[in-house]
Amino acid sequence: MKANSPAERLYNGIIKENPTFVMMLGMCPTLAVTTSAVNGLGMGLTTMVILAMSNLMISLLRKAIPDGVRMPAYIVVVASFVTIVQFLLQGFLPSLYDSLGIYIPLIVVNCIILGRAEAYASKHGPLASVFDGIGMGLGFTLGLTSIGIVRELLGSGAVFGHQIFEGGATIFVLAPGAFFVLAMLVALQNKLKEGKHDKNRIKSGCAAGCAACSNTLCSQAGADNSEKGGA
Amino acid sequence: MGEQLQTLLMIAVGSALVNNVVLSQFLGLCPFLGVSKKMETAAGMGGAVIFVLTISSFFTGLIYHLLLAPAGLEYLQTIVFILVIAALVQLVEMFLKKTIPSLYKSLGVYLPLITTNCAVLGVALLNVQNDYGILEGTVNGLATAVGFTISIVLMAGLREKIEYNDIPKPFQGMPIVLLTAGLMSIAFFGFSGMI
Repeated sequence: MKANSPAERLYNGIIKENPTFVMMLGMCPTLAVTTSAVNGLGMGLTTMVILAMSNLMISLLRKAIPDGVRMPAYIVVVASFVTIVQFLLQGFLPSLYDSLGIYIPLIVVNCIILGRAEAYASKHGPLASVFDGIGMGLGFTLGLTSIGIVRELLGSGAVFGHQIFEGGATIFVLAPGAFFVLAMLVALQNKLKEGKHDKNRIKSGCAAGCAACSNTLCSQAGADNSEKGGA
Repeated sequence: MGEQLQTLLMIAVGSALVNNVVLSQFLGLCPFLGVSKKMETAAGMGGAVIFVLTISSFFTGLIYHLLLAPAGLEYLQTIVFILVIAALVQLVEMFLKKTIPSLYKSLGVYLPLITTNCAVLGVALLNVQNDYGILEGTVNGLATAVGFTISIVLMAGLREKIEYNDIPKPFQGMPIVLLTAGLMSIAFFGFSGMI
């Protein structure tokens, strides 16, 4: 696949650099809203829309934003889109709005969005940036939905609200269950990768907090990838 | 007066222990997972969060109640809060560097990391959602930060011990930390009987 083509960006976001399972970014919403598959899907798609729009905007403005104030500028762009989307959800999907609650405005501080703005959108053209946002957003949606499916199935015996068996261990819908399910999914992934890519063992994407991630780690990773992509 | 004190105490215990910010609300997970390898750095991060969160919940409360609410601009809260927090962290950093260099030395490294700690923005938004006044909001911020510090220090203590254990290979690294967090979260459920 050609580097930075839409298809390559989608593949990169969904599989190669999946934000949930490979990069371990955006952990707060990943654990908090995945009490059911529908909530996970809703959060993932909301984030995707914001990510694609903010990537587009930042990519268009990348030559106009002075380097010294780029972080505050990105934050304002992202926060504006989050506010817009929050009101759209409140107006048209009130049930989703109620169940996601405070985690909608908190999308502003989601590492994935600032990380992609810094690592990708500020260096590439609008079309590639939009597809980068859609790819990353779909990857995030995939991660959230699969965690949501597992938690909903184990916790209440249903998937997307369709009852599959009676009962279920309520703890998987409560807070501890989120930690357990994610731990199991990451361990499973480590097991599958064992031997093949030992150096790619999953670490926390935000080794020293999200700010470090968006400033240094991700941009380095982004730079590495674009070099690889170019080669 | 007595009644108000009781309300404040309820808010404090509620946000520090019962609804622990990390273990039941999942805010501030990044530093919780990232900076909890050593007891010393965990305590430093906790101290910085207590400092910033208390100040930021006071100022965001002040701005919301005196500026945004009277002008009917509540819908701007997300944008205004995040900018206030980012600016405040910078200010606190510069202020500490000039006036209390010893404190800056121990907290300085952690301060820039706090801007994107979702607990800070989360508490500011929760204060608005729960209709807390400026005083209640500040107490809530302080208590939330204390809760964060309790959980990150406990986690660091556990992780220092885990280092010496023989863990199955797929569970090394993140998974074992997440499992530990899950068990801690169950333990913190015990506090829900308190209120």
